[in-house]
Amino acid sequence: MENLIHMIGAKFNYIAYIILMMIGLYALIAKNNLVKKIIGMSIFQTSIILFYVSTAYKTGKAIPIVEHGHGAHSVIHATDYINPLPHVLMLTAIVVSVATLGVALALAIKVYRQYGTLEEDDINSQIRIQAGK
Amino acid sequence: MKITGLVTVIICGALLIFYAMDFPDFGDGTSPASTYLSPYFIEHTIEDANVPNIVTTVLADYRGYDTMYETTVVFTAGLACFFLLRRKESQNPPARFYRHTPTGITLRIEEGGKLPAEGSKVFMRIDSLWAPDSLIIKNTCRLVIAFIQLFALYVVAHGHHSPGGGFQGGVLLGSSIILFAISNDLRRSIKRFNEKTSAILGALGVLLYAGTGFLCLLLGAHFLNYKALAPIFRSTAAMARSHGILCVEIGVAFAVMAVMIWIYYNLSSAGKHDEGL
Repeated sequence: MENLIHMIGAKFNYIAYIILMMIGLYALIAKNNLVKKIIGMSIFQTSIILFYVSTAYKTGKAIPIVEHGHGAHSVIHATDYINPLPHVLMLTAIVVSVATLGVALALAIKVYRQYGTLEEDDINSQIRIQAGK
Repeated sequence: MKITGLVTVIICGALLIFYAMDFPDFGDGTSPASTYLSPYFIEHTIEDANVPNIVTTVLADYRGYDTMYETTVVFTAGLACFFLLRRKESQNPPARFYRHTPTGITLRIEEGGKLPAEGSKVFMRIDSLWAPDSLIIKNTCRLVIAFIQLFALYVVAHGHHSPGGGFQGGVLLGSSIILFAISNDLRRSIKRFNEKTSAILGALGVLLYAGTGFLCLLLGAHFLNYKALAPIFRSTAAMARSHGILCVEIGVAFAVMAVMIWIYYNLSSAGKHDEGL
């Protein structure tokens, strides 16, 4: 039991991201409204961003900006700074996720124009009627 | 559907949590993610590119290809919104609303009625759903927008030394125009920053990025190897890489700004560009 609590305490970042991801995935699968599905997709993306950024963290280390001044540079040790690579990947991913969210909403508007509703079962039944089944 | 979804999600989450217990601890400095590539990036950024912000160096120099295509993805998303939603304005517009400014009376002009002149000072066109005329909001935004844009330019230009860069600065610039469009109305915002400008600026940003890379190619180095730009900037190879990163960041800022505004215009008016949120 002691061991399990220690384990969860050391890996709580993974549990946090998995819970967020489950919320997003549930919204994507179970929700009927397209806008709610898009919100679920957005939560899913946020959980992935959280996962990447949390893997970059090193306890007690500085942000990835090298200390510099007018004096000579001292030797830089990689262990003094947190990992910059996940930050770079997520920096671009955030802006791209906003852009793809825009495209998703544009598609939702287009669907609404075509079918007059955003509820998935209504759209499906309209498609079935059009196909003559 | 709800129960199937819940069961799927819970099984998925339980499996993920079970296997996540084998992952390295939170804050572990010796985890595989921080042992192979990132020490190189951290230790060589000053001597390679003379940029203290390691994130900027990795973004625009070591992983330049990635960022170039990310910018292209953002621009493509803007194009996709345009092609999905944009509609031509109809010849006979439906009923429009005007406010007679001296008296504050609202007029509704039916389809086919005679509309006031376009630049009329007396009659001001207003949105049909919700059109408050708030002095406080308009004047506050007028004051704040200039400072947002100034800060955005600082974020772009100072990305080498502090958190910031093209993506963040571009989003700030875009948000200042979107704030203008929300606080006034979409038509006035389009008059100042129209659709053509945003399309051209977005393409220009991507072109600036790819053009910097292509210039390196012309000067005899690899694509996006800014060292080759040293004769143009009359500097050392490390400083040339620093300046090259700045060129690229400006391109990213242009593209992101233009695309954010373009997506907002198309989404808020559902492609008609006459009445916004």
